[in-house]
Amino acid sequence: MPTDRQTMIEIRGVSKFFGSFQALKDISFTVRDGEKVVIIGPSGSGKSTILRSINRLESVDSGSIIVDGMNVNDPKVDICKVREEVGMVFQSFNLFPHKTVLENLTLAQTVVRKRPLHEAREISMALLEKVGIAEKASAYPAKLSGGQQQRVAIARSLAMNPKVILFDEPTSALDPEMIGEVLDVMKTLALEGMTMVVVTHEMGFAREVADRVIFMDHGSIVEEGTPEHFFTAPTHERAKLFLSQIL
Amino acid sequence: MAQTPNTQIKIEIGEGAAIPVKSDAGLFTAWRIAFFGAILTCCYLAFVKPDPYLEIFRFVPDGILVTFKVTVGAILLASIIGLVAGLGRISGNRIINGTASLYVEVIRGIPLLVQIFYIYYALGRFVKIPDMLSAIIAMAVCYGAYLGEVFRAGIQSIPKGQMEAALSLGMTRGQALRQVILPQAFRVVLPPIGNEFIALLKDSSLVSIIAVSDLLRRGREYASETFSYFETYTVIALIYLVMTLFFSKLISLMEERLNADR
Ligand SMILES: Nc1ncnc2c1ncn2[C@@H]1O[C@H](COP(=O)(O)OP(=O)(O)OP(=O)(O)O)[C@@H](O)[C@H]1O
Ligand SMILES: [Mg+2]
Repeated sequence: MPTDRQTMIEIRGVSKFFGSFQALKDISFTVRDGEKVVIIGPSGSGKSTILRSINRLESVDSGSIIVDGMNVNDPKVDICKVREEVGMVFQSFNLFPHKTVLENLTLAQTVVRKRPLHEAREISMALLEKVGIAEKASAYPAKLSGGQQQRVAIARSLAMNPKVILFDEPTSALDPEMIGEVLDVMKTLALEGMTMVVVTHEMGFAREVADRVIFMDHGSIVEEGTPEHFFTAPTHERAKLFLSQIL
Repeated sequence: MAQTPNTQIKIEIGEGAAIPVKSDAGLFTAWRIAFFGAILTCCYLAFVKPDPYLEIFRFVPDGILVTFKVTVGAILLASIIGLVAGLGRISGNRIINGTASLYVEVIRGIPLLVQIFYIYYALGRFVKIPDMLSAIIAMAVCYGAYLGEVFRAGIQSIPKGQMEAALSLGMTRGQALRQVILPQAFRVVLPPIGNEFIALLKDSSLVSIIAVSDLLRRGREYASETFSYFETYTVIALIYLVMTLFFSKLISLMEERLNADR
């Protein structure tokens, strides 16, 4: 496990309320450069909320989140600069339906990274090749299967050359036969050393890829450790119960 | 005009002439009968009874042009006002949001005819602007409020994930709106905007009340000189009908075009 590497994400004492409901309770953890962290836990435990706090799709009420040296909640920090470095893959893909697959990839490269269009296109085609979907470059997202759409979404976030990618249940909306193709792309990324924070119910993926597993329940981190530790000898009752239900 | 309730996303067809769609066979033939029937009736009247019908057809075309200019000018200006109002209504800024909401509420509570009088005479007290421009401004201020609600509903009908995906790629809110949200919202709002356009075309006849020589006013001028009221207003009604049907057809064709690549 890489422990001497640079810190990529540092979360300290984060709490978050929706009205009077506390969705996050004093969350702290660190993600180092190149690390793959998998977050699991029952529905409503706050997994999406903590993930979305990292690129400030949700703002937090207390605590701090530092990404690549930038304080995400500091009003003086340009949040767009943070988001350029933090890719995000959603459960529902969220491709832009009015743009072709290729345009989905080139849009932010040209608008945000200010790359010339021809350069953005080359980069995009190489990435589509990589996720095995280059022949669909000129198709509209609606013409693609769920698995293909999610692979495009991954390629779209890779096109920004992010330093870390957040995945929020990337396979939960897919038919079972398409889950494999998306997980394969994610495994390839992991092997290449991408820093990844993944919320998932795919325990096989967690075992195989994760450097560390974080188990959340009711807005708190209940257990944190290596996959071997977590899957074979969890310390807490709630983690045991959860595993017995899901495995 | 489409009355879009505050919380509802559904955009209903207003009182504009129903836009014909291929799948709606009954309406499609109704459109044909009305459109070609009106044109044939015009030809028949002009041919069989040239006095006064041909005379009327010679007299009113200036007015058609004015009606057209007022309608197109007003819809362009109203679209800009509507877009600003619509964005204002979804803004997180309380002052901007409040201002936009106040505008929409006030305008929707005042009859268009009263607004036309008001803007015409109010503007007239401070600046000397051409009557037609004042008519266009009055129509646009009114319709801007209705279009604002259409734009707001259109923007809010785009799933939240679209904005989130754009933001997560590092785009600013403005970039996300321009590149991702508005192009999608445009498709959604095109049918209701088409209906507003047609409603505006018809309501433009109200500007004949101020000194604008639109189609209706030309008709009134002709009728009061010749006393052939029945014949004149028959022609005026037929011309409005042909124009309205023509534009609704045009809008339905545009829609088909837009949906073709989906
Ligand atoms: N915008 C919101 N407004 C109010 N409550 C919210 C909001 N978003 C999330 N919550 C609540 O916060 C809690 C945590 O939600 P979160 O989406 O983080 O859970 P999750 O662990 O991702 O669950 P799931 O596995 O169902 O995706 C839930 O109880 C949820 O109802
Ligand atoms: Mg979730």
